[in-house]
Amino acid sequence: MTTSETADGTGVVPSRELGRLEQLPIRRIVLTILTIGLVVIVGGGILKTLTLSGAEHLGWAFWANLVVIGLALGAVYALIALGYTLVYGILRMINFAHGEVFMTGAFVSFFFAQAYAASGFLNRSPWLSIAILLVVSMAVSTGVALLLERICYRPLRNAPRLVPLITAIGASLFLQNTFQGFFGAEPRGYPRPDVLSGTISIGPVSFDKMDPVVFATALIGMFVLNRFVQRTKTGRAMRAVSEDREIASLMGIDVDRTVVVTFVLGGLLAGIAAVLYAMTFGQVSATMGFLPGIAAFTAAVLGGIGSIPGAALGGLVLGVSESVGPYLLLSGVHVPSPFELRAVITFSILVLVLIFRPGGILGTGEAEKV
Amino acid sequence: MQQRTLAAMIGLVVTAMVGVACSSGSSSAPGGGGAADCNTPPGCVTVDAGAPIEIGTLLATTGATKNLGLDSLYGVELAVDYLDGTFDGTDGQLDGHPIKLVNETDGCSADGGQKGEQPLGSDPQMVGVIGTSCSSASLGVADKFFSDKGITIISPSATNPALTSEGTHQPYWFRTAHNDRIQAAVASDFAYQKQGWKTAVTIHDESPYTQGLTDGFKANFEAQGGQVLSEEAVNSGDTDFKALLTKIAQNPPDVIYAPDFNPVCALLVKQMADTSGLENTTYMGADGCSDPTFLSIGGPAANGSFLSGPDLTSFTGGDFYKNDFLPAYKQLAGSNPISVFHAHAFDAMNIMMNAIKQVAVVNSDGSLTIQRSALRDAVQNTNGYQGVIGTLTCTPLGDCATSVTIGVYEVPNVGFKDPNAKPVFTETKTLADVQ
Repeated sequence: MTTSETADGTGVVPSRELGRLEQLPIRRIVLTILTIGLVVIVGGGILKTLTLSGAEHLGWAFWANLVVIGLALGAVYALIALGYTLVYGILRMINFAHGEVFMTGAFVSFFFAQAYAASGFLNRSPWLSIAILLVVSMAVSTGVALLLERICYRPLRNAPRLVPLITAIGASLFLQNTFQGFFGAEPRGYPRPDVLSGTISIGPVSFDKMDPVVFATALIGMFVLNRFVQRTKTGRAMRAVSEDREIASLMGIDVDRTVVVTFVLGGLLAGIAAVLYAMTFGQVSATMGFLPGIAAFTAAVLGGIGSIPGAALGGLVLGVSESVGPYLLLSGVHVPSPFELRAVITFSILVLVLIFRPGGILGTGEAEKV
Repeated sequence: MQQRTLAAMIGLVVTAMVGVACSSGSSSAPGGGGAADCNTPPGCVTVDAGAPIEIGTLLATTGATKNLGLDSLYGVELAVDYLDGTFDGTDGQLDGHPIKLVNETDGCSADGGQKGEQPLGSDPQMVGVIGTSCSSASLGVADKFFSDKGITIISPSATNPALTSEGTHQPYWFRTAHNDRIQAAVASDFAYQKQGWKTAVTIHDESPYTQGLTDGFKANFEAQGGQVLSEEAVNSGDTDFKALLTKIAQNPPDVIYAPDFNPVCALLVKQMADTSGLENTTYMGADGCSDPTFLSIGGPAANGSFLSGPDLTSFTGGDFYKNDFLPAYKQLAGSNPISVFHAHAFDAMNIMMNAIKQVAVVNSDGSLTIQRSALRDAVQNTNGYQGVIGTLTCTPLGDCATSVTIGVYEVPNVGFKDPNAKPVFTETKTLADVQ
């Protein structure tokens, strides 16, 4: 977006009269055309979908149902996205292994879940067993996040940006393949207590019993995180390090400790997300971290990477647009199987948000190079 | 600007040179003595005296579908074991040569097929290949690759119709697996005639296997008077189908026909139970779903759903299968069969070895010369071979199972859990019936 840079990179614009063509605000014109086009396409699609009649008519209960599904999924994305955004805020690096932090929590808690299901404990005291599963998953994810920080990132803290990024990708592959090597590549079924199986109805809207549980748990997690960052001394230190690491260190803040706390927080949230996700969709596998990881990273960028409320909002927006978007935009124009085009819709939204707001929905507006 | 043009030109020249090098490499036919004509491509394989005959396997032995691949690999290994006439754990010999299996994985995808075929195809001693497990790894990938190299390949479980259709069939590709024209027709007979289902929704994942089945099902189901309400598609890596199922529940069909692989099959059936509106909709899948993962992930939600596949109780080699084959399988694998194509793989390997026996020329020094095109012709001329799964006669288009009995199993009474499980519906069709 920078226009002041010249070809030779000196950043000095030679002063001369601007030509007619150059005086035109090209960027604004392009954006305006894009906006009009978008409004027409999106508006047209939505209008056609909502005016479908007869057997094809989709009632509001259907849309409400999709929103509930999207909010639950989005809440999980938000929890993972917070891990990306916290680390980015402090270290200005993308922790691409975060999807695997999520996976390890889910995978290890699976062994407990399986044992509880086999012994009947899962159905006898579902809430207690879910609490234990959450604790196990959070502990494992946090442990893995800490190891990552200590082994892969801390030695490279002052290296060029690209180095820890590559390390992160390497660590991600390492964790995936290690789990695949130890526990096999086949996916395993994650049990769900009977209390949470099946559907529940509120008026004409009925949805999976798991959805409200996921949403509420994730909200509590995000609320606690927000309180922690805003109200505690450590939280204040985190914000200070995020603003300027060197100055914070000069002010007597232990940067290493703050970074560790950041990774702990990211790991804890990923651990919560892992159990919720595995229980909702019913499986764990060594590669399960990849897609939610990418989606959560997208959510973090969408909301404005580095911003905590941004990650939460980005996750929810992404979740809802993933479940509602394809049907709302494409049903009316009779595109076959809109479901398959979820990723297209989601990433179009990401691209559009970044065109209009390069820093993300709640971002600061600074365009960062990865 | 000038620098860039220069770079582009250098790039072009390098590419062209590599291209020339490659094409000159592949056109040189391996020379060899013996009576067979080894000078015309694809030439011959010469196996030195006492050296092993190399046969490759390209099966889905890793990843989410590894049960499907391992099950077939056990079948192949058992065929080598049985070469001496008994299942005793010692491998038999062919014309005085041991068999050496070179195992690669097809990854159950076009990508995986491409990776796995390379080491097999670049080995000049490779005589034949058993594979692939999945249609996606064969169609336009391994079938073409091995046919170009003149290596005969027999698949135990790739069932997509296009693999043996006029125009798309590759000359060196065969299968003992059924053609999905038959499986789709039986599935729709079961759905419409036996169950009386009138409406269906199909789900595929864009892979040749799943799409071949859903297309075939739709054609047959609608020809009988049923109605396919919508044809949906998912991505093969998806695990979240809640939005899709919610949409389907707006106008619930009698059956959701989604013949995919696990975990997609299992997750669909599991998530159907948590979607309101689908209480009266039944899930139906096919042989790709037929491995223990379906039960372990699907859990109680899987009970009452239906899976079609080879009817294991209809094998003409039934006594041999029950009394000799299955105990040997158990000994080797440590469990009951983990999928449904082990017998197909056993027969495929036997057809391959029989053909080698027919065409191999034993030279005076004890070495063997196997002419590649003759081996292919010998496999194609397989006529009335008494296999475990039935009588096999290979057609010019590569189908060796011309008359097939497909069973529909009601979970949890499935063939991959208990080989004696009775299907709730069974039907025999020939290729001619479904043309």
